[in-house]
Amino acid sequence: MIWRSIEKHTGMQVDRLIRDKYTVVIGLEVHAQLLTASKIYAPDSNQFGCDPNTNISVITLGHPGVMPKLNKKVVEYAIKMGLACHSEISPVNIFDRKNYFYPDLPKGYQLTQDTTPICQGGYIPIRLKNGETQEIGLFKIHIEEDAGKSIHAEGESDTLVDFNRAGVPLIEIVTKPEIISSVEATVLLSEIRRLVRYLDICDGDMEKGSMRCDANVSVMLNGADQLGNKVEVKNMNSIRNVQRAIDHEIKRQILELEKGNQIPSETRTFNDNSGTTSGMREKEQLNDYRYFPEPDLSPLIISKEWLADIKQSMPELPRQLLDKFISEYQLPEYDAQFLTDSKTMAHYFIELCELTHNYKAASNWIMGPVKSYLNDNGMGMSDFPIEPKRLSDLIKMADVGKISFTVASQKVFPQLLSNSNITADAVVKDLNLVQDSDTGNIQPLIDEVLASLPDKVEAYKKGKKGLLGLFMGEVMKKSEGKANPRLTNELLKKCLDQSFEQPLKGYRKRN
Amino acid sequence: MEIDRKVLQKIAHLARLEFDQNSEKQMIASLSEILDWVDKLNEVDTTNVEPLTNMSHESNVLREDIAQEPLDHERGLKNAPQRDADYFRVPKVLE
Repeated sequence: MIWRSIEKHTGMQVDRLIRDKYTVVIGLEVHAQLLTASKIYAPDSNQFGCDPNTNISVITLGHPGVMPKLNKKVVEYAIKMGLACHSEISPVNIFDRKNYFYPDLPKGYQLTQDTTPICQGGYIPIRLKNGETQEIGLFKIHIEEDAGKSIHAEGESDTLVDFNRAGVPLIEIVTKPEIISSVEATVLLSEIRRLVRYLDICDGDMEKGSMRCDANVSVMLNGADQLGNKVEVKNMNSIRNVQRAIDHEIKRQILELEKGNQIPSETRTFNDNSGTTSGMREKEQLNDYRYFPEPDLSPLIISKEWLADIKQSMPELPRQLLDKFISEYQLPEYDAQFLTDSKTMAHYFIELCELTHNYKAASNWIMGPVKSYLNDNGMGMSDFPIEPKRLSDLIKMADVGKISFTVASQKVFPQLLSNSNITADAVVKDLNLVQDSDTGNIQPLIDEVLASLPDKVEAYKKGKKGLLGLFMGEVMKKSEGKANPRLTNELLKKCLDQSFEQPLKGYRKRN
Repeated sequence: MEIDRKVLQKIAHLARLEFDQNSEKQMIASLSEILDWVDKLNEVDTTNVEPLTNMSHESNVLREDIAQEPLDHERGLKNAPQRDADYFRVPKVLE
C-alpha cells in the first residue's frame, strides 16, 4: 500500500492528497480563572503564588456541614464575558454538582453549572490572515470552581495536594464545533485572551495556567454526513502548544482511518517534549458525573436592572476600538490591529491622538521606535516610560519639521526614555538639534561633499542612482544630523542632475 | 431501574469502594429494593410542577468579593491522615 510506505519513510507525515480528503472539526473548551480578590464560594484569598495550603478555609477543604456562598463579582465577570460574546444571559440560574473522586477535589464534586449556564449561545468574530472575518459560535459560558493542585513529584512516593487553587473562580467558554483548522483555533484562542484582558476579568496567562484550553478534535471524509468520533486533548500550556497538539491529533486520526482503524472517543494528553498525544488509561475515562442540582446554593436571579448596570460598566472592546481607529483615525487595518492588541496600548494611543492630530505619524511612532524599544527590553506598554504628553510634543516637532524624524527618534527619543522629567523641547535646545532648513547653509555642504567624491559623482552620472543615499548621508554627517532631509534631497538631486546632464549625453554618444 | 452485576460494579468503581464478591447477589437485591421504593415517587403526577432545587425561598444570597483571613495553615492540615509541613499527602495517583 502506498500509504504504508509514506508512513514508513516519513514517520508521521500525511500526504497533502490524503489530508485533503478529510474535513477537520474542532471545538474548544477554554477555562479562565477570574481576577477576583476572593474565591467563588468562600472568602479565602484568590492570590496566585502563595505558599501551599495557605489560601484555605473549611469551605474550600470541604469540611462537613459547611455552606457555599456565591461571590457576586464572579457573576458580574461571567456576564461581562457573555455580553462581549453576544450571548443570552440566563435570567434564572441554578448550580449543579458534578460528581467524581479525585484527591484535589475534597468535596467529591465540583460545584458548576450544567442545566442553566449563565451565558447561552453567542459568538466570537475572528479575523483570519486573508482579512476575512469568521464568526465562531458558542454553546455557552458557565461559572464553576477550580480544583486543587496535585503534584506528582519524581521520586516521591505520595501525591502532594495543595488546595490554594481549590475554589478559584472559573468561567468555562465552550465553542461549537465550528473551527476547521489548528490555525483558526489559535486565532480564536488569542481573541478570547484579548477579550478577557480587555474586560480585566482574567490575566490570560496560559503558562501560569490562569487560562487553559482543551480541544475536541475529529476528522471525517469530506461530505460525510456524520461527524467523526471526537477526541478530547488536554494539557496544552501555550497557544503554540494548542496548535501543535491539534496538528498532531489531525495527522494521527487520519493515519488511523487510512489504516482502516476506528477512532475511539477518548481523552488524550499532550506531551510538550514529544509534540504527541497519548491516551489516558481506560479506567480513568470511565466517568459518569451524575450531575444533580446543588441544594446548598439558592437560585441566582439576574434582574434587568442588574444586567443594565453591568452593560453600563463594559469597557470598549477591541473590535469597537479597531473600527474607531480605522474610521475615525483613518489608519490602515494593519496599524489598527497592532494598536488594539492590548488595552493599555489602545488607551495610550487614544490619549496620544487627543494631543496630536497627525494620527498616522502617531501610529508610525508607536509601531516604529516605541515598539522596538518595548521588544528590545521585553516590556509591555504598561511599562513604557514616556507619557503621551511628552511623546506627542516630540511627534509634533518632527511633524512641523523643527527636527528631522531621524534626530527625533535617534537623539531625542532615547533622552526622553532615560529621563522621566525632561521634555522634548529641552532636549532639542540642550543638544542644539533644531533642523536646518536654510538653503544658504546646506548648499555649501553639498558642494563640499560632491567635490570630495568625484569618482562617486562620475558613477552616479553613469546611472548608479543609488549613490544618492551616500551623498545624503555625507551631507547629513557634515550638518551633524540637522540638515532638513527633504530639502537636502531636493538640492542634491538638482545639483547632480543639472550639472551632469550634458556630459552624460555625450558619454552615451561616444559609445 | 434494573440493577445487574455490571451496574453494581460501575457504582462501586465510581464510589471507589470494594465489596466482597460473595455478597454480590445480596447487594444487587437490596439495591434494587431501595430503588423500587424510591420509584414510588414516580406515581405522583408532576406534569406542571417546576423542579425544586432548593428548600429555601431566598434567591441571590451573594457575598461581596472581599478576601478574609484564611484558615490557619496548621489547623487546615491538622486532620490530614498524612501530611508534611506544606502539603496533604495522598497515595500516589498515576497520571
